[in-house]
Formats: sequence, C-alpha cells, structure tokens
Amino acid sequence: MAADVSAARAALAGVPNEPGASKPDPIVKGDNIVRTFGGLKAVDVEHLEIQRGVITALIGPNGAGKTTLFNLLTGFDEPDSGDWAFNGKKLSNVPAYKVARLGMVRTFQLTKVLSKLTVIENMRLGATGQRGEKFWSAAFKSLWSAQEDANTVRADDLLARFKLDAKREDFAGSLSGGQRKLLEMARALMVDPELIMLDEPMAGVNPALKQSLLEHVKSLRDEGRTVLFVEHDMDMVRDISDWVIVMAQGQIVAEGTPQAVMADQAVIDAYLGAHHDTDISEIDVEELETEAEAELAAQSKETPTHD
Amino acid sequence: MDFGTLIDAALSSALGPQAIVFALAAIGLNVHFGYTGLLNFGQAGFMAVGAFGLAVSVTTWDLPFWVGIAIALLATVVLAIILGVPTLRLRADYLAIATIATSEILRLIFGSVEAKETFGGSNGLTGFSTTYKDLNPYNSGLDLGVVSFSRNDLWSITVGWSLVAISCLIVWSLMRSPWGRVLRSIREDEDAVRSLGKNVFAYKMQALILGGVFGGIAGIFHVLKQASAVPTDFNTTFTFYAYAALLVGGAARVLGPVVGSILFWFIIAGLGSFFSQATSGTDPLIPASIMTDTQASLVRFIVLGLGLMLLMIFRPQGIFGDRREIAIDGR
Repeated sequence: MAADVSAARAALAGVPNEPGASKPDPIVKGDNIVRTFGGLKAVDVEHLEIQRGVITALIGPNGAGKTTLFNLLTGFDEPDSGDWAFNGKKLSNVPAYKVARLGMVRTFQLTKVLSKLTVIENMRLGATGQRGEKFWSAAFKSLWSAQEDANTVRADDLLARFKLDAKREDFAGSLSGGQRKLLEMARALMVDPELIMLDEPMAGVNPALKQSLLEHVKSLRDEGRTVLFVEHDMDMVRDISDWVIVMAQGQIVAEGTPQAVMADQAVIDAYLGAHHDTDISEIDVEELETEAEAELAAQSKETPTHD
Repeated sequence: MDFGTLIDAALSSALGPQAIVFALAAIGLNVHFGYTGLLNFGQAGFMAVGAFGLAVSVTTWDLPFWVGIAIALLATVVLAIILGVPTLRLRADYLAIATIATSEILRLIFGSVEAKETFGGSNGLTGFSTTYKDLNPYNSGLDLGVVSFSRNDLWSITVGWSLVAISCLIVWSLMRSPWGRVLRSIREDEDAVRSLGKNVFAYKMQALILGGVFGGIAGIFHVLKQASAVPTDFNTTFTFYAYAALLVGGAARVLGPVVGSILFWFIIAGLGSFFSQATSGTDPLIPASIMTDTQASLVRFIVLGLGLMLLMIFRPQGIFGDRREIAIDGR
C-alpha cells in the first residue's frame, strides 16, 4: 500500500500548478458545476479533478462554496448545471444514499452523531448491505445475527483504532466535540469508502486530539483510500495534504502542492493574509499599522476622490 | 361514595375494549413518532379508513367478512402511500399538517350526505360484525367481583388483548433488528443516515405503512367491539388521546403505549366516576354551588390535563422511558 501512495504522489509531481489541472489518475472528475442561491453564484467550477490515492485539501475563505461543492458532489444538493463522475460513473441526479453506496462517503461540518444511540450502534449503522435492514427479514434474528456479529467485530476494531472503545456503550450524545469527530470518521469507514470527504475535521478540536486526528487522516490514505477535506487549519493543510485546491467566490482560483499554493500571491491575498506564516503573538502591531496605513495611502492615490 | 362502582368503572375501562383501541392506535404512533420521529397527527384517519374499509366492504358491497378485513388493511396501506409520497421528503412538521388535514377530510367524507349510499352518512354503518359475534366462544360474561364484563366485552377483550400482544411482539422483533436501528437513526438525524448509504425515504415509508396498519387494526377493532362504524368517532381527539397514552407510557418503548393507555383510561374513567358520584344525590359531597353534575363530566379532563402537565415536567420520558435519553438534547 505504501508504494501506492508514493506512486500516486509522484504522479502528481508532473501536474501543473494551475486551476483545473488534469491529473494522471482522477477518481472524481467534474465540469461546469454551477449552483446559485438567488442571485449569488455559490459554486461555479469549470473543471475539477481529484487524484486517486492522495490527500487533497480544499481551502478558501468563508463563503467560498467549499461545503456547497461537497453537498453537490455527494448528492445532498442539486446543481443548476454541470456534470461530474466518480470512478467514471456519472453522478448527476444520483441520490445521496446511492452516492455513498458507490464508495464516496462524507462527514459533516457540524458533526451528525446519532445522539440517542450508543457509540457501537452508531458504528453498526454504517455497515452496508445489511440483511437485517430489510423489512421482511428484520423480524427474524437468525437471518441477520451472523452478519451483525461480523459487523460488530469490524466496528470494535475501528473503535479501538480511534480510541473510542472505552465509550462503546455510551450514548453518542454524551461524547465531547472531538470524540464526535472521531466517531463520525470511524462510522464513515464502516461503509468502506474509496473516497472519504471530511468537512472541517479539525473544527473545535483541541491541539492534542488534533495531532491524533492528523495521524488518522494520514492512515486513511496509507490504507489506499482517497481523502478530500475542507479545512481552515493551515497547519493541517501543510502537514498532511498532497495537493491543495483553493476556492474563492465559488471558483477554483489556485491549485497545486501545499508549498506552491502557500507561496502563490493570489492565495495569500485572497485567503491566507501576508502574515499567515508568523505566530500571531510575534507580529509587531505598530509595524502592521504602518504597513496598513501605507497601503491605504497608496490606494487613495490610485483612486481619485470625488469631492 | 361507592368505591366499588368507582373501581369497577375504572378497571372496566382500563382493561376493557376502550383501552385496547387506544393501545393499538398508540402502538402505531409509537412506530411513527417514538421510533422514526414522524409526527403523524392523523392516526384517526388511518383508524377511520380501517373501520370503513371493513364496514363498506361487508355492509355496502356484501362481501365476506374476511375479505372485508383484507380490504380494510389494504386501504390503510394505500392511505400511507398516498400520504407519504408527497410529504415524507419534506420536513417533519409538514407531515403533521398533511396528516391532520387528511384525517379530517376523511371523517367529513365518511359522514357526508352525498356519500350516504356508501358510507351511511352521519349515522354510519352497522351489520358488518355478525361473523365476529358468531365466533364468540363464551356462553356468559365474567364477574371478578371488583370488575365484571359482559359476554360481548369478554370476547372483545380476548381478541383485543391478543391483537395487542401480537402487535407488541412484531414491534419488539422489528425494533431490535438493524431495520429498527435505521428508524431510530432517522429520528436522530436523517442526513447522517443518508450519508451512510441508506434510502431514508423508503424506510420512512415502511414505518408510515407499518404504524398506519396498526392504526387501521385499532379502527377495525373499534367498530367491531361496538358493532357500528360512526364517522364522528374518528375526530382529532382520538389521535391526541392516543398520543397522550403514548407519552404517559413512554415513547420508543415496546410496552409504553400499552401501559400508557391502560393508565390513561383507568384515570379518566376513575375520575369520571368519582366526580359524578361526588356531585349526584340529594346531599352531594361537592355542593352544587361549587360544581353541578353536568360540569363534573368535564372536570375530569381538567384534572387529567393537569396530571399530564405534571408528568411532562417531572418525568418527561414517561413511565418506561430512559431518563438518560431525555437528558441528551444537544446535537
């Protein structure tokens, strides 16, 4: 598996760092995806490709359309126009549950754990193709108990991996924010997805847990899955992503390796800010103010006043 | 005050056919609301369709009794599908509005003058329960001392509690299965279930049909035990009494609706008997200046409402509910 990852990364090396660049082995391929809310074009993506077997980060300012794009790709929202394919299969007008069954599973920005079900029940729900979930066989335990046991074993393994095994019998609603993120990720893995899409996996997670979450996301790639995630935490983007796509005002404005994207002046202006690399406490406020004033002065010179 | 009469009235309601009807209806609501989170405010509609499905088949169309039962059950399935297709894709509150409207529409159609030939107008239909009565194996009623049942009631109680037991068994066996787990998950968060590859719409439809069929059985039993189908019986109060019974017993518990409706009718009949005795006679316990005997029959509902409020404040999970589940409300 590890060889696959380096091969997939190596394949990315030849890809030009430009918006809508085509990849050697895309798992998702989309064209002209447009979604408007009233007069606002929330998503307007000309061309999008996501490389198989690597971690791709989707970044951009608030309201850039990242989550909307997630919703469109996974069938939770319908676009005004455009088509996209997953593993070569067209997904326009395919309902969300079928998208998930095909192997494209998402998590949510605001975690959606099933509060009044226990952690292990949350996990068992994730398993696909359950005989016991069919109405006519549900009433007869002998028809599904063997499959249920197998699913439970798999669920317990995942819980141990995500260090949730101590919480097995607790209600999911009693978990902390970070544990919910872990549970959601573990539950998504019960579906055994090829592409896992994480919507802000680090939001509201403490630094210690963040570190272990990072490892978990990396381990997803290392076991051969493709990961696409939305994140504002630039440390995470820098640390673990192999490729970064930057969105602003619904469009893809930049693409490339993390290093290339973070050095891109357009990205710095639109999203990161000039001081994104410095610790906020080290920034000299006075210097910043002089800079800002100089910038303002320069602007007012450019635009003549009308009085 | 004659406590013998009071206990007899309370027990014969709580164990008799009346409580059974509401237990069956509440079992259906438990599938809808308790397990799946579907806010069905039109259970009376499902009951009416079951009731008139049987009555019309046998009385108006002269079909055999058992064919009538089959038609009645099929009619509730059809109603569930017709209701579900447009509304189950929408948010929960829309289902509530659509169902309460549907149940009222059905009641008015069944009672309308224009359809008198088929549904019997406001007097309803009779003469469809001969087969049911002929099946009665008992020769006489039952007198247990504290409570007595007539021969007809004894037969209805036998049939009714058997139906309740079978229904509970079905609900129990379904809800412990992965299928039941999907329903409970839908109640918690539909989108999460969808993101895991489950066809939420299909599950909601199955739940609506299952609960609707239990409602239909309640309606069939209701008209069989009294040998007449009257449209005004199926007003919205019917639905809300069933909800009250469900919440008293505890939603999302197999026996919640059953114990709830036994208790509900024990209290309502007990209070009714108490107040009517306390205000009747030449020297009533409660003088007429405070309450007359015509007012007494309404006061029991005031007391009952107060009791429900206290229950919701101090034991919101109902009798069987799990306090820990109620404590979790943050998503």
